[in-house]
Amino acid sequence: MSKPLTLFDKIWNHHVVDRQKDGTCLIYVDLHLIHEVTSPQAFEGLRSAGRPVRRPDLTLAVADHNVPTTDRRFGITDPESLLQVETLGQNCAAFGIRYFDMGDIRQGIVHIVGPEQGLTQPGMTIVCGDSHTSTHGAFGALAFGIGTSEVEHVLATQTLIQRPASNMRVTVSGRRGKGVAAKDLILGIIGQIGTAGGTGHVIEFAGQAVAELSMEGRMTMCNMSIEAGARAGLIAPDEKTFAYLLGRPMAPKAGAWEMALAYWKTLPSDPGAIYESEVTLDAGAIAPQVTWGTSPQDVAAIDGTVPDPADQADPRRREAMERALSYMGLAPGMNLRDIHIDTVFIGSCTNARIEDLRAAAAVVKNRHVADSVRALVVPGSGLVKNQAEAEGLDRIFIDAGFEWREPGCSMCLAMNADKLKPGERCASTSNRNFEGRQGPGGRTHLMSPEMAAAAALAGRLADVRELV
Amino acid sequence: MQKFDTFSGVAAPLQIDNVDTDRIIPARFLKTIKRSGLGTALLYPLRYHADGSERPDFVLNQPRYRKAGILIAGENFGCGSSREHAPWALLDFGIRCVIAESFADIFYNNCFKNGILPVVLPKSEIARLTECAERGANAVFTIDLAKQEITDPDGRTLTFEIDPFRKHCLLNGLDDIGLTLEKAPAIATYEQAARQTQPWLFK
Repeated sequence: MSKPLTLFDKIWNHHVVDRQKDGTCLIYVDLHLIHEVTSPQAFEGLRSAGRPVRRPDLTLAVADHNVPTTDRRFGITDPESLLQVETLGQNCAAFGIRYFDMGDIRQGIVHIVGPEQGLTQPGMTIVCGDSHTSTHGAFGALAFGIGTSEVEHVLATQTLIQRPASNMRVTVSGRRGKGVAAKDLILGIIGQIGTAGGTGHVIEFAGQAVAELSMEGRMTMCNMSIEAGARAGLIAPDEKTFAYLLGRPMAPKAGAWEMALAYWKTLPSDPGAIYESEVTLDAGAIAPQVTWGTSPQDVAAIDGTVPDPADQADPRRREAMERALSYMGLAPGMNLRDIHIDTVFIGSCTNARIEDLRAAAAVVKNRHVADSVRALVVPGSGLVKNQAEAEGLDRIFIDAGFEWREPGCSMCLAMNADKLKPGERCASTSNRNFEGRQGPGGRTHLMSPEMAAAAALAGRLADVRELV
Repeated sequence: MQKFDTFSGVAAPLQIDNVDTDRIIPARFLKTIKRSGLGTALLYPLRYHADGSERPDFVLNQPRYRKAGILIAGENFGCGSSREHAPWALLDFGIRCVIAESFADIFYNNCFKNGILPVVLPKSEIARLTECAERGANAVFTIDLAKQEITDPDGRTLTFEIDPFRKHCLLNGLDDIGLTLEKAPAIATYEQAARQTQPWLFK
């Protein structure tokens, strides 16, 4: 009998084009997503070497990081952002790559667009010059972020030089409690294993609580596997995965669908497959989470308090906590629910899908944002925005006092006009609370869309379980 | 790519864990279509006050470390975003080698594409090197990649591990794409097979 394999092993083995004696592999890439920030230097490299794009048909471009989320008729006013976006358009035209420009209803955050179009499929290798490419792992695709030199390498060769990762399994058993979202599960996991806990590994998420998540929830979890240091996150494809894909514009059609489906069903890890590292959690023990510091591992349950650096034995860790609390303007021992906020951001590749907007809207319906709070909803794509409007979610948000914006990365990384002012504090559904991430001096608390909605209403961090 | 064989320089000690790429180069500096000119923004939030003036106490602003070519860091250096602007900023500043307890995967990989050598050493060795580096501009370290050795200012040498293929590419300044294109027949063979087994991936 052959050795039992993990989902990762199967995808990896399938894609090896060449294996050197030292174990370094050349692996084939099935889907290459590109955006305006990390691709211009790659195209410049191709031009100077006179190299074409090997598989433009497996490449999709979308502008997301720099695009304005206000009225699109005014275009991009920032000259540097405009140059990047225009350069992407020119490069796509010159090299024959599909491009969803700002005027295309399908435009949006690259990691929301891929799955939405049915481009993201089980068993694929997917790369993008963006660390949150891990999102696509929710479909049982091996998906990871790469640098610009590798973007150029993939454009030229449709392959990457890689060494295999180690296998790690994170099993979340039991069921989520009321008001507990996929975001809380992944924040809880990062809190447990740390931001370097997954380094060198691909994390396969498993267990009842993961199986019970929708595809949107699974994408939220895999999205933040990079915040645990992992190369990628993976979830075994199942009936939910197939149902999500069926009929999407770029999913396999007719006879090809049956053939693809038969292949996809062979992908889940074999019983007895070996994982170099195993972690288990009980979903029932995870409360809604919020971050208090400047790393995603600085996380606690909403009913907790700001931790005290003095309790830390390791001096470097103590210093890091002190620095984080000073940056965040927080004191040890404070109740997390007493932290007042200025801004709420519901958006990003972590939490700007239709289900996220539905969850937040359910919390704010017939209620109103606190007077002192500026609140934004930035849908993940034009199609998510359309769908939300068809369901009347835009009215719910606007009536509650939210701004309803155009799709893009927006305040997740503040490359467009959406940013925090120094000292401003934000309840955010994004993925990183690093210093300055949402604008220089801005203070970020990460949480689920439901929790961000609750914070918007209360004007402070709040426990959504008291509202639902 | 600039090759890396031996390098001598002053080492700046940066005793912070989890230095993320947003700190190495904040997103607002990524609005460029070039690789060059990012050195002035390297470690911006640590190096500058909000008004853009320098923080005199920050290591790279101290006269003895302004020309540092080596950075000595803590755990999980380069975590976060995949932006290659992080190694570009280091290189533009003049850093050719980063020594740390551990690195985040994507950053580590990106270094090799830009002629920067990332070296992983245990905590105790980092502490010893940091002590030497604290002596400033007179403390010169020499790194010999072929021998996988670092010589500290006191003449002590210590060895480090590195993947042989990456070492080979860095020593010779090899262009990955050029190497891979030599395997074009194997790529074509793979595609031929995939066209049969996964026709839905071929339009």
